[in-house]
Amino acid sequence: MADFGYKIQEDRQINYDSNDRTLFYFLKRVEPSISLCIGCGTCSATCTVGQFTQFDLHKIMLYVRRGEKVHIANEIKKCMLCGKCSLVCPKGINTRNIIFQTRKFLHSNK
Amino acid sequence: MSKSVIVIGGGIAGMEASAYLSAMGFNVTLFEKDEKLGGHLLNWERLFPTKRLGSEVLTFLKKGMDDKIKVHTNTNITKINSENGKYFVTNHNNEIFEADALLITTGYDLFDARRKEEYGYGIYDNVITSAELETMFLSGKPIVNKQGKVPKRIGFVHCVGSRDRKVGNVYCSKVCCVTAVKQATEIREHLPDCETYCFYMDLRMYGAKFEELYNEAQEKYGVTFIRGRLSEANETIDGSLLVKVEDTLVGRPLKMTVDLLVLMVGFEPSKGTKDIARILNLSTNSNGFIEVVDEHTLTNVTNQKGVFVAGTTTSPRTITNTIYDARAAAAEIACYLNLYTIESRVKN
Repeated sequence: MADFGYKIQEDRQINYDSNDRTLFYFLKRVEPSISLCIGCGTCSATCTVGQFTQFDLHKIMLYVRRGEKVHIANEIKKCMLCGKCSLVCPKGINTRNIIFQTRKFLHSNK
Repeated sequence: MSKSVIVIGGGIAGMEASAYLSAMGFNVTLFEKDEKLGGHLLNWERLFPTKRLGSEVLTFLKKGMDDKIKVHTNTNITKINSENGKYFVTNHNNEIFEADALLITTGYDLFDARRKEEYGYGIYDNVITSAELETMFLSGKPIVNKQGKVPKRIGFVHCVGSRDRKVGNVYCSKVCCVTAVKQATEIREHLPDCETYCFYMDLRMYGAKFEELYNEAQEKYGVTFIRGRLSEANETIDGSLLVKVEDTLVGRPLKMTVDLLVLMVGFEPSKGTKDIARILNLSTNSNGFIEVVDEHTLTNVTNQKGVFVAGTTTSPRTITNTIYDARAAAAEIACYLNLYTIESRVKN
């Protein structure tokens, strides 16, 4: 069959009704400060990993909150747990613990 | 004989200014178009940021209204003349009242949400305004949607009729952001199983204790804030609403269904404010509110000698700031009637 080059575009819309937010609810329980994130980006600005890779903590956290499936496991591995993000966060969010707990969750839900 | 002041509009500003002017020894007459004094405060259950009862503030204002103040409710003003520094105010019964100064406290009306058609107010059953939600709180009845169902998810839309050039209102109404935060936390108190979402452009938490309330909303009450302005709301088969918004922090469109959609309606100059501006030939600013002579220094002074303004007649403001402004206007009028004019400080 001739290939005309047409394809079905993937839906970019976040479907909040059907998305699975189990990881977020888990993080909210173990580290309630996650709710305070306003997406200011200070954590990402100070992040050494972010300087050299696509790693972006506040964006990952936002995807988690919306229940969007991203390659969290791969992304979160890049973090060196240096904790500079916790140091600079104006909302006092324990970002380091969020990453730590996310790893824990992913490990136990393998 | 002591001098007299007529106050037009018996809301928060009119009541508090009357109380101060009377306490300072002036003869005060207060006109109110409705049956009761109190204005919009009568329709609000609890007040941001502390969630204390609005009725407590109303009681405070009422206690200030001493017996010497002549209150005329259910009264409309039809005509105002001035002659030799005196004002003559005619009411709808053609009675004429005389005064040495006028204070205009005719305030605001809430934005008519039907003008934002895309949100479906007046079309869909379960799209309501922030004022209607407040009426529900005030009634003490259970919070249910039009189908009598307890909502599982409620959305709050910020900036309805504010910061919107398309509806002709470029200004911020100042109180809706924090009202949404307050109401979302109250929903969580009434209905702990109901999720609440605020759809916002910016969150303007400028006042004392506003930011704290916002933090509490996120951490203690689990209110979720999504940055993005709703493009539309559509009714689904069960009467819930499918809302569409760009989640601008993620950078992708988002859709969700809510059982109740609350529109945070902004302020517009009231019909009474527009009428009085016309009758007295008062300057209005580009937003339609009455213009003061100088925003920084002559905040209660209008372009007409002896006519003063206070409260939301000049711009949207909180109850706290309305009370400040009413007292400032009372001081301003007292100076004017004692032949001290503040204009002498700024004009050459």
